[in-house]
Amino acid sequence: MTKSIKWRGILVLLCLCLALVSLAPSFFQQSLPDWWKKNFDPIHLGLDLQGGMHLVLGVDVDEAVKSRLDSVVDQAESLMKEKDIIFKRVNREPGQRMSVVLYDDAAASQVDALMKESFPSLEPLTITDAGGYIQKNYRMSDREVESIKDYAVRQALETMRNRVDQFGVSEPTLQRQSGNRILIQLPGVKDPQRAIALLGKTARLDFKMVAEDIDPRKATGGALPPGYQLLYERNVDRRTGAVTETPLVVQAKTVMTGDLLSDAQVRIDTRFNEPYVAIDFNAVGARRFDQITAANVGKRMAIILDDTVYSAPVIRERISGGSAQISGSFSEQEATDLAIVLRAGSLPAPVKILEDRTVGPSLGHDSISKGILSVVIGGILVVLAMVLYYNLSGVVANIALILNLVFIMAMLSLFKATLTLPGIAGIVLTVGMAVDANVLIFERIREELRLGKTARAALDAGYGKAFLTIIDANITTLIAALVLFQFGTGPVKGFAVTLSVGILASLFTAIFVTRVIFDFFLTRFQVKRLSI
Amino acid sequence: MQLIKPDINLDFVGRRKIAIVFSMVLILIGLVSLVIKGGPEYGIDFAGGTLAQIKFEETTKASDIKEALKDLDLKGLTVQQFGDEASEFLVRVQESSSELESLSVNISKALEKSYGAGKVEVRRTEMVGPQVGKDLRRKGLLAVLYAMIGILIYVTWRFEFRFAVGAVLALVHDVLITLGAFSVFGKEIDLPIIAAFLAIIGYSLNDTIIVYDRIRENMGKHGREGFPVVVNRSINETLSRTILTSGTTLLVVLALFVFGGGVIHNFAFALLVGVLVGTYSSIFVASPLLIFWEDRGSGKKAPVGEKGSA
Repeated sequence: MTKSIKWRGILVLLCLCLALVSLAPSFFQQSLPDWWKKNFDPIHLGLDLQGGMHLVLGVDVDEAVKSRLDSVVDQAESLMKEKDIIFKRVNREPGQRMSVVLYDDAAASQVDALMKESFPSLEPLTITDAGGYIQKNYRMSDREVESIKDYAVRQALETMRNRVDQFGVSEPTLQRQSGNRILIQLPGVKDPQRAIALLGKTARLDFKMVAEDIDPRKATGGALPPGYQLLYERNVDRRTGAVTETPLVVQAKTVMTGDLLSDAQVRIDTRFNEPYVAIDFNAVGARRFDQITAANVGKRMAIILDDTVYSAPVIRERISGGSAQISGSFSEQEATDLAIVLRAGSLPAPVKILEDRTVGPSLGHDSISKGILSVVIGGILVVLAMVLYYNLSGVVANIALILNLVFIMAMLSLFKATLTLPGIAGIVLTVGMAVDANVLIFERIREELRLGKTARAALDAGYGKAFLTIIDANITTLIAALVLFQFGTGPVKGFAVTLSVGILASLFTAIFVTRVIFDFFLTRFQVKRLSI
Repeated sequence: MQLIKPDINLDFVGRRKIAIVFSMVLILIGLVSLVIKGGPEYGIDFAGGTLAQIKFEETTKASDIKEALKDLDLKGLTVQQFGDEASEFLVRVQESSSELESLSVNISKALEKSYGAGKVEVRRTEMVGPQVGKDLRRKGLLAVLYAMIGILIYVTWRFEFRFAVGAVLALVHDVLITLGAFSVFGKEIDLPIIAAFLAIIGYSLNDTIIVYDRIRENMGKHGREGFPVVVNRSINETLSRTILTSGTTLLVVLALFVFGGGVIHNFAFALLVGVLVGTYSSIFVASPLLIFWEDRGSGKKAPVGEKGSA
C-alpha cells in the first residue's frame, strides 16, 4: 500500500514538473536558457487575443478557366494561320466552350485534325450551321476544367505565400480550404488594409500598344471598334496627392505580360525624388521586349496593372537591355508593395474576400486581462465554496483544481494548441465543472460514512462507486466538445480544445491526484475521521 | 457544511405535470418571441455583413455616430453601445463587400471626418460574406445535431434507449429555452453561441447522467418500490451534488458574465441561462420523462398527459 502511494505520488510530481517546465517559457520569456525556449514554445495565442487578421479569400476559378480558353483560342488562331487554314473567326463561348467558324468542309476537316492533335483536352461537339457558314464547337472536358481550377487555387496559394513572406509577418498561416477558398491568418498585422491590398491584388502586368488614332472621348461614349479596349490612366497630382483618371484607348491584344519578369526593385528617381519600380525581364522576356520596342519606335506603350494604366510612355528607341520601369507617382510604400507583388508573381485568377476578421492589439490585451480576471474570480469563488462545504477535503479538491489549471495550460503548450477568448471561457467553465467529480466522490463518501463505515472503507467505496458515474458524465461532455472541434473554426475551436483538455485534466486531478493525497494522509497520520 | 439533509425526500416526481406545464410555458414564450421576430436574430457570422467595434476618445451618442455615417448610405446600419461606457460602440452594416477596399475603412474615414483624426480607434472589424454566413449556419446546425446523435448512441450503449431519449429530449428542451431567451432579450446568435449551446448540451447531460446513474443503481437495490419511487429517491439522493455543482458552475459563469468583457458577454449569457435550465431539466424533465415512457410501455393506453401514479 505505502509503496503504491509512493509511486503514485512520484507520478503526480513528475507530471507537475513536466507541466511547469513546459509552461515556463510562457511566463518568463527572457530569463530562460536557449535550449529551454527552443524545446518548449510559449502558449500560442489566437488572433482574437494577440490581435491580427483572419481572412478567407475565394479564388474566382471560373475566371481561370476563361482565361485558359482565351489562350487556347489565341493559340488555335495562330496555328491555323500558320497552316494556312482559312477561317472566319475563332471565339470563346459560354459554358467552357469555344467555336471556330469556317467557310467550307475541307477547312473543317483540317481544323478537326489540328484541334485533335494540338488540344486533346477539347471535345468536339455537334456542328451547328451559322448562317451559311460551318461552325465547329469544342468543349473543354470536365476533367481539364477541374484540373485548371485546382491548379489556379494551388498557384494562388503559392503566390500569396510568396507575398506574405516578403511582407514580413511572423508565423503566418496559409491554408487551402474546400470550395476554392484560401484561409490566411496574419498575427499582429499593423496595417490590415495594406495586407489585404498586397494579398488580394491580382497583379497581372500587361503591356499593350496605345491606339493613338482613336479618340478616348468618343470611346467613353460607347463607340469602340472591336479589337480595342478602353482603360483609365491613373494620375496623381504631385502636390495635392489627388488621384485622377483619364481615359485611354489601347489595342486589346497584349504584346507582353509580366510572366517574363525576373526581378522588380524600388528605385528613386533623382529628378523628382520619386520612387519607381524597375523591372528586369528574363532572357525570353528581354528578347521579346527588344523586338517589340524595335518595331514600335515613336509609339506609346501602356503599362497596365490589373486593368489600370500606370504609365504610357513613348518608346524613344529600341530597348535591348531587358529592363523597363514603371513610374506612376507612387508613394514609397505603394512602390514597395508593387515590387513585392511583381516579384511574387501574379495570381492566376482574381480573388474575393469572403470573410475578414481583424482584431486590434489593444482589444486583444483587454480580452486577455478580462479573461484572466474572470478565471481568477471564478476560481476564488469555487475554492471558497469547496472549503466551506467540505472543510479539509475541500482543500484537497482545491489543490486538484489548481493542478488542473496548471495541467490545462501545460497541455495547451505541449500540443501547440491555440488559446482563444472562448478558449479562456472554456477554462473558466472547466473550473466550475472540474470540482464536480470531487463533489460526486465526497457526497458518496459522506453517504458511506453515514452507513457507519470507517474512514478508509468509506473512501474506498466513495471513489469506487463514483468512478463510473464520473466517466459516463464526462464522456458525454467530451462528445459535445469533439463535435465542436470538428465543426468549429478559429476561436470556437479554441473553446473545444480547452474544454476537452480540461475534461481530461480534471479526470486525472479530481480522481487520481486527490486519491493519492487522501491515501497519503490516511496512511501517514493514521487518520480515523475524515474532515468532509 | 451541509445544505441538503441526507434524509431529504422531496416529491419531485409528483410535481412532474406542473413541471411539464412550466417547461411548456417557457418554451412557448420563446417560440412566440421567435415567431414574432421572424426567426432568431443572427449576428454577422450567420447573416453576413460587416461589423466594426470602435472606441472614441470622448463619450458620444449612437445617434451622432449614425449622423456621421449618413453620407455612406449604408444598408441596415445599426449602432449599439458596447459595454458600460458610452465611448465604445458597435457599428453593424448588413452588406458585406467582397472588394479589396473594405467597408470598415470607409466607416473609420467618415468617423474621423466628424470626430477628428486620431480620436477614433477601430479595435475590431469583421466582415462575413453571405456565402460564408450560410455555410457557418449549416455547420452550426449540423454540429448541434451530430452532438445529439453521438450522445443518443453513447447513452443507449451505457444505459437503455429510453434513458437516451429522455436525455436528448431534455437537451432539446434546454436549447429551445436558451434560444427563446436570446430572442426575448434581443440578443444575437453568433458563432460562439453555438459553442455555448454545445457546452450547455454537455453540461446538462452531465447532470442528467448522474441522476440516471443513480436510478440504474437504485433499480437493482430498491426495484420493488416501483419505478416512480426509485426515480424520486434517486433525484433526492443526488440533490446535494446537483445543487453544489450547479452552484460552483454558476459562480464561474457569473464571473465570466460580469468580468469577461463585452466580446463574450452573450456567450456568458447563454451559459448562464443554459446552466440554470440544464439543472432544472435534469431534475424535472429528464427523469420524469422516463416515468411517462414507463407508463406507456406498461400497457395503459390512455394519453400520456393524463396519467401518473405518484
